Amino acid sequence: MALHHKATVMEEKSMKQALRRIAHEVIEHNKGVENIVLIGIHTRGVPLAKRMQEYLKEIEGIEISLGILDITLYRDDLIERHDQPVVHTTEVPFDLSGKHVIVIDDVLFTGRTIRSAMDALIDLGRPASIQLAVLIDRGHRELPIRADYVGKNVPSSRSELVEVKLKEIDQEDRVDILERKDD
Amino acid sequence: MQTLRRKDMLGLEEVSAEEINLILETSRSMREIMQRKIKKVPTLRGRSVLNLFYEPSTRTKASFELAQKYMSSDSVSVAGSSSSLVKGETLKDTVRNVEIMGIECVIMRHPVSGSSHYLARNVEASVINAGDGMHEHPTQGLLDMFTIWEKKGRLEELKVAIVGDIRHSRVARSNLWGLQKMGAEVVVSGPPTLMPPDLDAFGVKYYHDLEEAVENADVVMALRLQKERQESGLFPSMREYAELYGVTPKKIARAKEEPLIMHPGPMNRGIEISSELADGPQSVVLEQAASGVAVRMALLYLLLGGTKEQ
Repeated sequence: MALHHKATVMEEKSMKQALRRIAHEVIEHNKGVENIVLIGIHTRGVPLAKRMQEYLKEIEGIEISLGILDITLYRDDLIERHDQPVVHTTEVPFDLSGKHVIVIDDVLFTGRTIRSAMDALIDLGRPASIQLAVLIDRGHRELPIRADYVGKNVPSSRSELVEVKLKEIDQEDRVDILERKDD
Repeated sequence: MQTLRRKDMLGLEEVSAEEINLILETSRSMREIMQRKIKKVPTLRGRSVLNLFYEPSTRTKASFELAQKYMSSDSVSVAGSSSSLVKGETLKDTVRNVEIMGIECVIMRHPVSGSSHYLARNVEASVINAGDGMHEHPTQGLLDMFTIWEKKGRLEELKVAIVGDIRHSRVARSNLWGLQKMGAEVVVSGPPTLMPPDLDAFGVKYYHDLEEAVENADVVMALRLQKERQESGLFPSMREYAELYGVTPKKIARAKEEPLIMHPGPMNRGIEISSELADGPQSVVLEQAASGVAVRMALLYLLLGGTKEQ
């Protein structure tokens, strides 16, 4: 079984446009940025959250607090997995109580990561609301979870893989769909 | 390395530097949880742990129990004096009986060296050695290394002087193995009668003179004088011991500037360590206790978190 490139669904320019649009939507939805904090989910949610922080600063002139969330300890598949995920550090050096928390991740798929993230956030305080922003929504939810802000909806089959690459980690900005095929 | 490929944590002698690194990195993440208002993660929900203490313990037992609570596992604690050990049941029978009730991890402190290895061979549950006789106390060694690592940012090329009763100290043995694996230089000092006969096997340098031993040391670790393990005649008197090997500001004047002062506790103040140092700004004695919980959380996660099959 090998992975074959099927399609490119986002490149540098379209990624930037999508993230900027989300920044505007966040401002509109929350009527400003006063009570907002950003939380990036480890690993690729973190650089996305940093970019969002920059865009919001460009538009509104305010630097919004940004935290990093590692959801490993909240996963629901720790017993089933053979390889144990590495625990990274959660860094949320501010109080979440009463804040509108914008959670940012790269791909929304089954919804299980977001379920874990909500549990983790609620252990850190009592936010006024939790909103979800994702770069790609590829469908196939296993839980009643939806995104508030979506960069792009990408219909995919379960056997396909959505691969997000970000400059900060992978030296380029692009999103590809990969297909599993027998050689 | 991502996973500890072992069932048990019995001693640092058999653990690799890579594994120690993974435990220290994971402990750092656990430390963050301890600083939250709600100190609890659901990671080990539904997993059961037995704390079996055949010797008295305050901080190690409290530390393990807190680590289990913070990780949401269910625990049972049994003290040796109240258990069926006094009724003559063997260790193996005791644990097999509890294992069948669903225990997946056993934390054990026992007065006999090698007892945790024996137990680990005979049960399916993971075994964590919380001190076996004069052999090892690996979680103490790990928490000492974690404390130094957090304070100094590294372990490589640090000089650590361990002072006191090395012979009866499982804490010293675990630290000797662990610290050297991580690239630290370790020297020991204390009365020659309190040095283990196999000191050469550890490859550390022994100094009769404490002041010479701590020359340029980054860390000075005083060990508890274990009155309960002393056969008569190993050293003349408490007062003479304190005079020669008590860690005081004067005795460690030749160490590096601002060395870390450590002690595994409980301290005999005025004997192996002066109150001035124990309560001074360089002392990390209380940090050691806090590190203990983080390190034990990390170990529980790494030993219990994933499946070990294949």
